[in-house]
Amino acid sequence: MAAITSTRDGEDDPISSYSHVFTPGELDASHGVVLYLDNISVSFDGFKALNNLSLAIDDGELRCVIGPNGAGKTTMMDVITGKTRPDSGTAFFGQTIDLKQYSEVQIAQAGIGRKFQKPTIFEHHTVFENLELAMKADKRVAKTLFARLNSAQRDRIAEMLTLIRLTDSERRIAGLLSHGQKQWLEIGMLLMQEPRLLLLDEPVAGMSDDETERTAELFLTLAGKHSLVVVEHDMAFVEKIARKVTVLHEGSVIAEGAMDEVQNDPRVIEVYLGR
Amino acid sequence: MSGPLGNAFTRLYGARGWAVLTLCGMILFVVFPLLNLAVPAGSAFHVSAYWVTLIGKIMCFAIVAVAMDLIWGYCGILSLGHGLFFALGGYGMGMYLMRQIGRDGQYRSDLPDFMVFLDWKQLPWHWWNSDSFAWALFLAVAVPGVLAFVFGYFAFRSRIKGVYFSIITQALTFAAMLLFFRNETGFGGNNGFTDFKRILGYSITTPETRMVLFTVTAAVLIATLLLGRYLVTSKFGRVLAAIRDAEQRVMFCGYNTLHYKLFVWTLSAVLCGIAGALYVTQVGIINPGEMSPANSIEIAIWVAVGGRGTLVGAIVGAGVVNGAKSFFTQAFPEYWLYVLGMMFILVTLFLPQGIVGLLNKSRTAR
Amino acid sequence: MRGKNSKITKLVLAGALFACLIGVLRPALALDRAAMEKLALGDGDERLEGIAALVAEGDPRAGAVLGALADGEMQTASKRILIVKGDDATDAVTGEKIAPLPAEREDVMVNNRLRGAVQDALAALKLVSPDRDIRFAAAKELAGGTVAGMLPLVKKALAKERDAEIRELLVHTAASLELKADDIQTRLAAVRTLGLSGSGNAKRLLLSVLESETNDDVRVEAKQSLAQVNDRLAWGERAGLLFAGISLGSILLLAALGLAITYGLMGVINMAHGELIMIGAYATYVVQNLFKAHLPAAFDAYLLCAVPVAFAASALVGMVLERSVIRWLYGRPLETLLATWGISLVLIQAVRTLFGAQNVQVENPAFMSGGVEILANVVLPWSRIVIVLFAGAVLAGVWLLLTRTRLGLFVRGVTQNRAMASCVGVPTARVDTLAFGLGSGIAGLAGCALSQIGNVGPDLGQSYIVDSFMVVVLGGVGQLAGTVYAALGLGFANKLLESWSGAVLAKIVVLVFIIIFIQKRPQGMFALKGRSVET
Repeated sequence: MAAITSTRDGEDDPISSYSHVFTPGELDASHGVVLYLDNISVSFDGFKALNNLSLAIDDGELRCVIGPNGAGKTTMMDVITGKTRPDSGTAFFGQTIDLKQYSEVQIAQAGIGRKFQKPTIFEHHTVFENLELAMKADKRVAKTLFARLNSAQRDRIAEMLTLIRLTDSERRIAGLLSHGQKQWLEIGMLLMQEPRLLLLDEPVAGMSDDETERTAELFLTLAGKHSLVVVEHDMAFVEKIARKVTVLHEGSVIAEGAMDEVQNDPRVIEVYLGR
Repeated sequence: MSGPLGNAFTRLYGARGWAVLTLCGMILFVVFPLLNLAVPAGSAFHVSAYWVTLIGKIMCFAIVAVAMDLIWGYCGILSLGHGLFFALGGYGMGMYLMRQIGRDGQYRSDLPDFMVFLDWKQLPWHWWNSDSFAWALFLAVAVPGVLAFVFGYFAFRSRIKGVYFSIITQALTFAAMLLFFRNETGFGGNNGFTDFKRILGYSITTPETRMVLFTVTAAVLIATLLLGRYLVTSKFGRVLAAIRDAEQRVMFCGYNTLHYKLFVWTLSAVLCGIAGALYVTQVGIINPGEMSPANSIEIAIWVAVGGRGTLVGAIVGAGVVNGAKSFFTQAFPEYWLYVLGMMFILVTLFLPQGIVGLLNKSRTAR
Repeated sequence: MRGKNSKITKLVLAGALFACLIGVLRPALALDRAAMEKLALGDGDERLEGIAALVAEGDPRAGAVLGALADGEMQTASKRILIVKGDDATDAVTGEKIAPLPAEREDVMVNNRLRGAVQDALAALKLVSPDRDIRFAAAKELAGGTVAGMLPLVKKALAKERDAEIRELLVHTAASLELKADDIQTRLAAVRTLGLSGSGNAKRLLLSVLESETNDDVRVEAKQSLAQVNDRLAWGERAGLLFAGISLGSILLLAALGLAITYGLMGVINMAHGELIMIGAYATYVVQNLFKAHLPAAFDAYLLCAVPVAFAASALVGMVLERSVIRWLYGRPLETLLATWGISLVLIQAVRTLFGAQNVQVENPAFMSGGVEILANVVLPWSRIVIVLFAGAVLAGVWLLLTRTRLGLFVRGVTQNRAMASCVGVPTARVDTLAFGLGSGIAGLAGCALSQIGNVGPDLGQSYIVDSFMVVVLGGVGQLAGTVYAALGLGFANKLLESWSGAVLAKIVVLVFIIIFIQKRPQGMFALKGRSVET
């Protein structure tokens, strides 16, 4: 238990505390790239969900990914998190971790957190327990059996409750939260894992304008410490947070760049406004 | 890691919980034995051997129910094959009891009667060391445990879940039943094991031996309850419940759900094996009928009636259903299946939280 | 099941009758007196010789005499041989009436050995009957015969016989009789002839030849012939196995087809499916009883009437269940499983209350009894053939219903996207009920079919439920084609393993195989791959 630190500065060696579970070598982002996808293809019964998709996310970057329905955004996340195996191509987390080699659990332990399109939290647990379960710790069975929260860990959870503005709901059953609160709780759970890379699938869907605003602020403060990939349909939100935008269509990247650049790209306009 | 001992106790149950538990323990360990052994048979307060056996049997079922609740109520995995683990435990102990008969069988042979009947000249290999009590205990725990571990490993690794898993476990117990029905398997075929005479050298039918077995069963039941309670109130228990509600999220949180499911699945099977071993000593018979799919699915209804996701509920359910069963099969045998069938239907339709859930709801609104 | 004795008496009587008939039409010639005396007055082997001599000419009156002998009507008075029926007596040799019954008469005793010979002889006599069916039956009866005395008659019949089937039997019988000849060449020829046969009888004969024969040439020949026969028998076995596999597969298909709709398409896990099969079987039973009581003349037609009744009965029960219980549990498969298990218990007990706990008798209509013999050792029972065809018809029907009708379109629509189907005006609740009724009705059809080949009892459904689920699980959910392949595959696998390891082990092996298979392909053989089935 003592090996598990509750500090946030796992940056220099984010996986050493559970390297006995997962030893792919250290996450090496020294070249400035945290996620590297190259020529990824996935097909389901002949339908090409991803078609030679290539993408690189820099360390600490906040990247928005947009695209019409069926463009392959969710499949891309499935590939990164190990849920779907690509038919071909390479996927690296940092310089050394070949994502194709690892299971979903190992990838999560290596430092990739994912928020689903539909908020998935533990509906029958309290808000506090949700964060407790997500918190970075030794997550093997034997350790979990005898795990106790120490005061540092309690502080961490309290901090997070404040950040996601759920302090008053600490003891509430998570299933009773509003949709927006659930989204925030899920983001909070993600942050408790202290991931290097966050994949966020439609994080502001169902949020009020006020909540959306606060989410945008939160993401901007997170960028730098974490790398974020945000998939979102809400263009206003994207415009607010975007530094660099990637446009997917039919499983490939068709445009990449600053928001106004992308918006004026004729191919993007064609895809969005119809042919 | 744990604080003072008292701390660990209060974490499991509140003061009232401990009071109730102590009361139950007193009844089982003191009042019951006294009423059975010390009060003469004619007295109105005498507890007859029939009741000792019945309650002992129900306590074995209650252990199974707790085991089932751990895997189904808390982890969301419905097993329709728990009867198999129960029966395997029973067979493990039964082999020892068969050997304890010695030469008192019908054929006056060192071999169990059914082997003489089949004209076998020596014990088959899997009866090795079966005259050792310790080995019997080991088998009762290890065989269900290893089978569950191997089966569970492959099933959970392939992400078989929900109804698929249930049906496969049903097929598993069905296949085992067919296997045990065969004489060649070496477990007495249709008739299984019965006519036991002794355990550890003591006659198995005397009131004293029965009472010892009864109290051992009660102790194991209470220990099972406390172990279960520890598990479900620990972080481990919260992970289990999380797996039940959103397994994907648990995996993306970095928990290897395979290990968690495998652990609780194997533990559950081991508990069933222990219950089966205790059962066979008290009821005095074990046969492949215990492995029939119908038996296993009945375990689920004990838990459902009592209340899924509460350990006390599982025990209450095992008591209520089996109490009703022994009442009906004696008084109105032709109606028992109606009652049991309606229990299945009504509980799933109207009482998803079971009896305990109903009581909780009427007492407090959370 | 009638006793063997009564069958023999029937045969004897028929032979006697026939013989009398011919006798009336063609009066005259006395029987061989010497042969008669040997038969009636001789001892042991002499009597057998007597029989042989009597039938050698194929004289039908010999039949009457032998029939009388078998019936205990032959008596002797000093040297005279009489046939006594009540108070009338005739001379067995001349056929004259003997007016006053001689006072001192003795019964001619018949021991078992003699009785066997008489039976063979009677059968042999029928070989010259003009009726093909009688000849065929007689030839069959003689096929295992061992009485050497029949040989001349068999050869005589063979010379006249034109029917190929009967000829084959006769050739075989002749060969088996010739095996006992003293002449080596005759024996050799007989062994060769047997080698052309493909029956188990021929194999048995050849094996006995190998045991007792002393002549090396004959032994070598017998070995060769045996190999040929074995080869043919093996083909027969294979064909039999193939058919057994198809037959079991078709039964599994029938049992699982309804499940493929309720579980495969609708996702309702119905543990009472087996009991719906049972209800179909009991419906058939009830229809049968009604026909027996009110329309005995049209009894054979009861099955045609039972098919729709079984469908309707099970469909009705199924729809009631859907409306009352299953509807409230959609989307909660484990709860559905438990509730439907409860339903199955109630249905079982209800049937016990109504019809008793014992199995009930369902008789095959006449057109389904008997079978087709495709090889010497392979008989395909009509009941099984009809069921295979029936399964095919039901399958075709279901397929047409699902792909070509509005209801089928609705069912597929609702199963794919309930909300959207509802939005475009599909009455989803009604479609659910109807689809469930359809699946249940098909279970009823399965029950109707099963009643023709197996026991009908309250536990009927329990024995099929595990198998049916295995078929659906193996075939993949939502896949009619998968269900068909899985049913046939399991049928074959079961029968193949059965021939190799016995029924119980076969079943265990198949179950273990399925368990392993599911590990590899959790979605079944024909699962659709797709993005995020869960989440």
